[in-house]
Amino acid sequence: MDVAQFFSWLNDAHGINFSIFYDPFDRDRFLAGLWTTVALSVICILASIALGIVGAWAQGAKSAVVRAVAQGYVQVFRNTPPLVQLAFFYFAFATLLPTVRDSFGGQAPLISSFGWAVISFSLFAGAFNVEIFRSGIEAVPQSTIEAAEALGYTRLGAYRHVILPLAIRVCLPALNNNLVNLVKTTTLAYAIGVPELLYAAAQIWSEVLNVREMMNVLLVTYIALVALLVAAMNKWERMMRVPGFGQ
Amino acid sequence: MTTGHHIGRPIVVIEGVEKAFGAVTVLRDINMTVSTGETVCIIGPSGSGKSTLLRCINALAPVTKGSITVDGQQVNDPKLDKLALRRKVGMVFQQYNLFAHKTALQNVMMAPIHVLGQQRAEVEERARRLLAKVRLTGKENSYPGELSGGQQQRVAIARSLAMNPSVMLFDEVTAALDPETKKEVLVTIRELAGEGMTCILVTHEMGFAREVADHVYFTDGGLIVEDGPPADLLCAPRHERTRAFLDQVL
Ligand SMILES: Nc1ncnc2c1ncn2[C@@H]1O[C@H](COP(=O)(O)OP(=O)(O)O)[C@@H](O)[C@H]1O
Ligand SMILES: [Mg+2]
Repeated sequence: MDVAQFFSWLNDAHGINFSIFYDPFDRDRFLAGLWTTVALSVICILASIALGIVGAWAQGAKSAVVRAVAQGYVQVFRNTPPLVQLAFFYFAFATLLPTVRDSFGGQAPLISSFGWAVISFSLFAGAFNVEIFRSGIEAVPQSTIEAAEALGYTRLGAYRHVILPLAIRVCLPALNNNLVNLVKTTTLAYAIGVPELLYAAAQIWSEVLNVREMMNVLLVTYIALVALLVAAMNKWERMMRVPGFGQ
Repeated sequence: MTTGHHIGRPIVVIEGVEKAFGAVTVLRDINMTVSTGETVCIIGPSGSGKSTLLRCINALAPVTKGSITVDGQQVNDPKLDKLALRRKVGMVFQQYNLFAHKTALQNVMMAPIHVLGQQRAEVEERARRLLAKVRLTGKENSYPGELSGGQQQRVAIARSLAMNPSVMLFDEVTAALDPETKKEVLVTIRELAGEGMTCILVTHEMGFAREVADHVYFTDGGLIVEDGPPADLLCAPRHERTRAFLDQVL
């Protein structure tokens, strides 16, 4: 008896219906949702780290305007609920953008719901990353930065080669937490109809009426996704470990 | 006793320099000329502005008044080419300030590669030679956290030398070290001075100052109280304040 046969039997004999393991249609919907969640998470993780790095740099910029923009961004996105941010982008902001002609000759929005989810969550997690990187940067002694300057590094050069590498080592644990949070936050994309994991699961359970089974599948899947991310982050932390520094 | 090497043309010229942090004046009317190959020591009580003066020389701190030139380059020019200045001036700090995420060898190699864009292979060869010169052969792949204070300070000296500076500034580089490791660092600096490197040292090591300095300045309260050859200033100071300071440290 293979896996599909087992779950088919489990449903017939006991009414425990994990349809995604034996019904190819449900399985494909679920895998598509899983793929969307993974893609959304990976893109947002990378974009939010980039935003964090740029934002933390901007917070220490010479120009007061640049500093104010960075500070305003952090305040807005840290102090409002991510679901409200997402709704704001999708329902309030997106309607101001022009539409484009799609391949069927109809009108399609310039940015898809997936696109808005990427933008919204990247900005949300990025705001926290700015603060996280900043705390790391503040832990780099001023005298170390001065030593870099005395060697002829520009401010940007010192940031890139000295300050950031040291800061990242200090703030990896906090970054780790925030990125785990980000992966969990991607479920909010459900609210604007992005076909991610939760959306796919809800579609399946509303048709197959296996809410309890799908809920369990969802929990296990997210635990696995987060475990994967944490393992990757731990590996990164080990790679960055320097003898006699930190810890 | 001086090192007896050739002393050439003026390279660091400080004229009427004043430095204030807000309302607090830290340096007042500093005048000093250092010539190539010369070793100059600055001594004086803590808080008298010695570090600030060194920081003004390589533009880490802007002067409030007066002028500093290094090899003809005006340091207080608003359009100062900082890179050009810092190529000429190396600086070593009390707290070593090595880059903790890089090995000793990488610390020495970083600036020539990142700042000067030199070829890695050629920089590495020079870096290994410099580490050998400061007696750290075998420590190339150690991280700063794995080295003693004296070893770290010698890496810091090699790191500065990798930029081929014309002038080296040393800011109390042995103050954080225990007597044993102090010696290793002082030996390195003495060799450097002996080879004709222009050195400006802030130090509390009076014996060392007497041995290596061509000229000694005593500062107090942001002023140069007196200056002269070490034999005169350290053994027969003219000013009461100098005498009081020397009595205290010797
Ligand atoms: N960045 C700064 N801002 C304000 N005051 C400073 C700063 N750096 C140094 N000072 C003050 O300048 C005076 C001289 O300091 P410093 O040059 O470090 O003296 P020294 O090296 O001789 O001990 C001290 O009173 C110190 O508090
Ligand atoms: Mg000092």
